[in-house]
Parts: sequence; C-alpha cells; structure tokens
Amino acid sequence: MSAITEEAVDSASIAAASAKRKSLWLVAIRNPNVIFGGVILLAMLLIAIMAPFLGTVDPQRIDPAARNKKPGTEITYRLDDGQTAKRIAIMGTDSLGRDVYSRVLYGARVSLAVGVAVSVISVAIGMVIGLVSGYIRWADGIIMRIMDGLMAIPGILLAIALVSIWRAGLITVVFAIVVPDVPRVVRLVRSIVLTVREEPYVEGAISVGTPTWILMFRHILPNTVAPLIVQGTFLAAAAILTEAALSFLGIGIPPEIPSWGNIMAEGRTLFRVFPHNIFYPGIFLALTVLAINIMGDGLRDTLDPKMSKKV
Amino acid sequence: MSEAKKPVLEVRNLSVRLPKGGDRVHAVEKVSFTVNPGEIVCLVGESGSGKSVIAFTVMGLLAKALKPDSGEILLEGENVLTASEDRLRELRCTRMSMIFQEPMTALNPVMTCGEQIDEVLSTHTKLDAAARRAKILAILGRVKLPDPERIYASYPHQLSGGQRQRIMIAMALVLDPVLLIADEPTTALDVTTQAEILKLVAELQESQGTGVLFITHDFGVVAEIAHRVAVLRWGELVEMGPTEQILSRPEQAYTKMLISSVPSIHPRHRGEQRDTVAVLRTEKLGKNYTSSGFFQKARVVKAAVDVDLEIRRGETLGIVGESGSGKSTVARCIARLIDPSEGKVLLGDTDIATMPAGKLRPHRRRVQIVFQDPYRSMNPRITVGEFIIEGPMNFGLPRDEAMARARKLMETVRLDPNALDRYPHQFSGGQRQRICIARALAMEPEILIADEAVSALDVSVQAQVLDLLDDVRKKFDLAVLFITHDLRVAAQICDRIAVMQNGVVVEHGKTVDVFTNPQHAYTRSLFEAAPGRNFEFARVA
Repeated sequence: MSAITEEAVDSASIAAASAKRKSLWLVAIRNPNVIFGGVILLAMLLIAIMAPFLGTVDPQRIDPAARNKKPGTEITYRLDDGQTAKRIAIMGTDSLGRDVYSRVLYGARVSLAVGVAVSVISVAIGMVIGLVSGYIRWADGIIMRIMDGLMAIPGILLAIALVSIWRAGLITVVFAIVVPDVPRVVRLVRSIVLTVREEPYVEGAISVGTPTWILMFRHILPNTVAPLIVQGTFLAAAAILTEAALSFLGIGIPPEIPSWGNIMAEGRTLFRVFPHNIFYPGIFLALTVLAINIMGDGLRDTLDPKMSKKV
Repeated sequence: MSEAKKPVLEVRNLSVRLPKGGDRVHAVEKVSFTVNPGEIVCLVGESGSGKSVIAFTVMGLLAKALKPDSGEILLEGENVLTASEDRLRELRCTRMSMIFQEPMTALNPVMTCGEQIDEVLSTHTKLDAAARRAKILAILGRVKLPDPERIYASYPHQLSGGQRQRIMIAMALVLDPVLLIADEPTTALDVTTQAEILKLVAELQESQGTGVLFITHDFGVVAEIAHRVAVLRWGELVEMGPTEQILSRPEQAYTKMLISSVPSIHPRHRGEQRDTVAVLRTEKLGKNYTSSGFFQKARVVKAAVDVDLEIRRGETLGIVGESGSGKSTVARCIARLIDPSEGKVLLGDTDIATMPAGKLRPHRRRVQIVFQDPYRSMNPRITVGEFIIEGPMNFGLPRDEAMARARKLMETVRLDPNALDRYPHQFSGGQRQRICIARALAMEPEILIADEAVSALDVSVQAQVLDLLDDVRKKFDLAVLFITHDLRVAAQICDRIAVMQNGVVVEHGKTVDVFTNPQHAYTRSLFEAAPGRNFEFARVA
C-alpha cells in the first residue's frame, strides 16, 4: 500500500521538479540584473563591431588644424581627393586633432577584447590547474605554493617588466593581467573540487572502476561551471579596468591605437580646460564595467545561490 | 486539582498553508490536540508529515513563507497566533521553550555555555550577576553535567554531543516554562547518549510538572517516553491516544502499517547457514589517521585496530556500533575507498589491502558499496540509466548490453525500467536507494556493502529496502556486509554480527547468540540503551 502512495506522490512532484531543473538558464535570463547588464553589454558589443558604420572617421588620423575642439564644434577637413568636407565632432577632438567620438567607439574593441580574452584564458588555465590541484593530493602542495607566488606579483609591475622586455601590445597586456588572475580561479576551482571529491557519488564512481580522467571531467568538473561563469564576469570587468589603468600609465596598448585608457591618458594634460577627453571614454568605461558587474551579480544569484549567500 | 487538569497547550483546528508550488496545499491541516501539565505528548510521523511545522508555529518561529490560516494555539489560555512579536519574545523561555535536533548548531560557537544561559536570564529577569550565576550553576547541576564551574566556562565545541544537548535543556528549563517543545532532540545522538537524555527529560518534566511536546520519527523513543501519541501524515492527524493503545492496538490502517514497519529487536530466525568458503576475509586490518603539522607532534588516531572478519556467500554480516566506532572505516577499507594502514583484505586468495590502483581495478567490481545518503550518492547531472551503466561500461560492456542489463535490474529492484532516462531528483529517497542497489548489482559483485544504507529512510520505506536487500542477497547469492547503528535493523537482516567500539571488534557471533546472550559489557550497554526494547509493537499479519 505504501509503495503505491509513494509512487503517487512522486509522479505529482516529478513534473514540477524537472521543469525546475531545465529552466535554470531561463530563470537566469529573466533575472532583471542579468537583463540590465546584458542589454548594456550587448549595446557595447554592437558599437565595437559596427564602429566603422556609426559616422566615425579614421580614429588615428591626426588633424593639426582641428586640435582641442570642444564637443559639438563643426570641423572642416580635407579628403584624400583634395576636396573639403564638414562634420560635427560630437565629442570634440584631442590635442592632436583626432576625433574623440571615433576613438571612443573604436576603443570599445580593445576593452571588450581584453575583457573577454582575460576571462576566457584565465578561467581555462585556472580550471585545469585547479582540477589537478584539488584532485591529485601530492600535486596540491607544489601547485598551490606556485600559485601563492604568482598571486604576489602585482599586475601593473609585471606589465611594466613585460613591456620593457617585449613591446607594448594587446598580447602583452592580456598576459600581464592573466598571470595574477589565474591563481584566483585555481583557488575557486580547487575549493569546489575538494568538497565534491568527498561526495558519495564520486566515491561510488571510484568503486565501479571509473578511470580518474573520466571521474574528473564527468563527475567533478560540471560542478565548477556555474561558479566559474560568475567568476569569469568579475574577472572581465576587473581586466577592462586594469587595461585602462595600464594604458593610462602609458605601459599598455601603444598610444596611437585607440583604447579608453589611452584616450584618457592623452587628455590628462589638458584635463582642466578640455575635460571632454576624459569624460566620454570614462563614461563608456564605467558603464561597461558596471554592466558586467551587475550581470555577474544576477548570474550569481540564479546560478550559484550558495555563493550569493556567502558573498 | 481542577487547576492541574487545565491543559498548558491547546491546539485547535490549526491549518498552516504552504507556499504555492508545494507538494500539497497545507503543511498542517485542521490539527487539534492538547498537552496537559506533567504530560509528554509525542508527535510522530514520517518526514514531511508537518510535525516540525507545528512545533515552530507554537513557538512563533515559522518561516515567513508559511502562514497559519486558521485555528488557534492556546498557551495557558493565551492565543499565541494573535500575540504580538514583543509578547511572543516574553513568552519564549519563560512560558514555553524549545530544544532542537542538532545542539552544535543551536548553540553559539563563540560564546561560552554559561554566557548563553546567562543571556536568557538577563533578558527575562532582573536578577543581579551573582544570583544569575548561582542559578545557572544550579541548573547545570540539575541536568547532571559534571563540574558545572568548568562547563560554565566551556565553549560548545569543547563538549560532547550529549553534553551540548544537556546545555540546551538547561537553557530551556532555567526559567521553569510550563511547556517544553523537543524537536527530535536525540536523533543526532548515539544510542547510549540518547537513553541518558531521554531519562533526563522524563525526570525533569516529572519533577517540575512541565508539559512536553516531543517530536520524533522513532517509535522506540515514543515507547520509551510518551504518555500520549499523535500520529501525523501529510499534515493531518491520523490517530491520537495513550501510548500503549496506539502502539499495541492501533486503529487506523496508516498507523498499523507504520508500527508494523518498525523492525523488531528480537532476531528473526534465519535458517541454518551453509558451510561455504569465505569470499572475503580481513586479517588484522587496521587504519590509522595521522595528523601532523610543521611544529606539532604527529597525532595518531586509530580508527580501526586488528579487525578480523569473514563473510561467506549468501550470508549477511552486520557491523554495529556507535558513531566513531570505526565501522564505516572498516567498510571503506574493504571497498578500498581508503587505504588500510595494516593487515590484509583477502578477496578469495588475493590480498587487495596494499594493491596499487592500477592492479586493483579488475578487483573493484567484486566489492560494491551502497551509501547512507540517497541524495548525495547519485550525480545529479546524469540520468539514472547512465548512472547504472557507468560501471559495466568501464569494464568494457557495450552500451546496448549494459542498458539491457540496467532495464532488467530496475525490475529486480521493483522500479519502472522506463524511468532510466530520468534524473535522480525525480525520485524519492527510497527509490534512489533502490537505484543505488541496482547500480551495485550491475557490476555482478560478490560482496555488497551497505553502509548505513537504510538509516536516512523513513521507517515504512526502510522496511521495503531491507526486504529488497534480503531478496537480492538470496537471488544473487551475495555476501552482504551491513553497517548500521540500529540494533533493530541488525536483528532483522544479519546472520552474524560484529560489535565495534573505538575501532575494535569487541564481540562477534551469530545474531541470535549476540542478542540473547551478549558477552561484552559494551554490547550489553548498547542493548540496554535501545529505546523501546521492552515494548512489543503491534504486528499486522
């Protein structure tokens, strides 16, 4: 009799439960924070991709006649075929006469590229190292001491060192930011692996003779995905900020390539007279980082409820 | 006299609504009962029956999502459902108090036990510090804690589980409330400690005339302590009456089913054993845990010492003992989930105790294990089918054949074979435990280890899983190693029993012999502590 009633209760709850599991991503997408951050981020992405078609000119073109124009000034400039044309510099020009509007729009490319590259690379490397460190006991001590060492290196000093060895460029900047970020990911993954490896279902898999690498990838790794997505968004936001800081200090992306940090560095000297040089890239930078952080918060609340309580 | 007859707690027609999307509309529906002064009333039911919800409603501690939508709860005539938050705060501890299941989490780890009781007194009384201290030391003495001065200054982690529960009881009773609510207060404790706590609660409530609402799922405890029993099912009161009547002559079908599911403490007759060869022997098996730091002396904890066991085909060997006795350590050494420190584990003639991982793999299929917690023993991300065929496929069985085997095994464990593509969360605890058994059987093992495999299950489901284990033992001629802390369960399923204490097997013999004529003092104390051992539960034919 009880067996029958047990079945009855179950069939009722089964539908609800299965719906619950499948819709986790749907719930995440419906979260207002995720929507808000996602929309802004999507807009930034479109701006970066569509930059050439949004009424921009060559962001590197120097025009000595149109230096330090305030936003909204009408500028006359000479085309390649010798004719002149007029356009309004919406965000003004910098001290070399480059169009700030075009530079800010093209600058989105660098920032987003750095954000995505840093988060993807550090998560990928950190995940593998963290998995090995958490699962293989004897390797743990060695790996974690190396990670402690890496964590002690300040990203900005590393960037200065790297730029003086190699030359300034996107790859150098990404590398310099990834190095101190990897240990953070490793620690996160390792802590998850350490708890999951004690779960009875992992021990059960060992007792049915599952090879170690299948064990790691099938039973342990999937547990790290949600926290890693969340961590990845925060890494991306921090990386965009660090890139801007490096460029601002003149040790990041070469100054002729437009990046938000470069534009602000350029405008630093005349900041009091022409604040637009710093104001517009600053707005874009702040908005992007804010959007990513808000989206990360929303993802954390929905994908990783345990972590959201701790933080 | 008429004063004494007036109930301290009267619950009338109480209904508590569950939030939308729950498995039923009401957590508790139209429940009425009373608790008289000096009386212990047990609320008993399986998980999800709403017994804790009632306790929390009385205390006014209900989660915000749950709302009482009708009825009243009268504490000495005062309705606590309509009382203000301030009034409730006044009532708690002074008129009613509560003790919880897990004393470690119910106590604040950064305050000494004395300070925590002192907090109760300074909130509710105007006594000065010296008077409060005297009162606390007195109550610590009354709950029979040794050396009250030392206990006063101790932090919760410095005390044992039983001592912590005594602190909780002292805190609850320090202001002489008229009602004590005990929510599964002994479930997390060992059986001998449980017996002491039950005795203490009974003594204290008798001397103070406190009314006790005691919540439990364990009918042994009910038989031990209750004056009256209320049986709950899915939030409804099924049956209520004096303990003796409910346990021996239940009227409702559900109560009858529940009570007849309680395993008897008298060993079942199991027929003569065949003299087959042992499939597994351990010789001087030992496991030490060493903890050492840079500047510390290495500490060695002996979890198992010189364990000699032997299991034959078709027989069930039980290992019983309290927590920390080393019974699970032995099981995990045999399954080679941990590496034994010394001794031999002989599978047939092969010693697997020190075999390196690579060579061990072919032997793994011969020993399979089913764990305690049905909710954590399955990977939530893979289907039941994948879960069952993982093992056979590791050993080279083609997918189709493994699936066919899985379908057959689902029938063996009495589940629908078409459920193979479902995920673990779609099954109940009992069903999951069956799936785990099916997975173990898929490996065609010689030895099946059940490590507290039925301890987390409700009593009716427990009976079904025990039957299933016995059936598959017969059908596949398995040797079963059954680890349990529950003597009743051991009495029903084991042919032979080994009793462990502090890592050592203190007694070992046929179940009937161990139960009827225990030799070792520890075994005797275990039996004496078994709740409800003198009570013969009603049997349904």
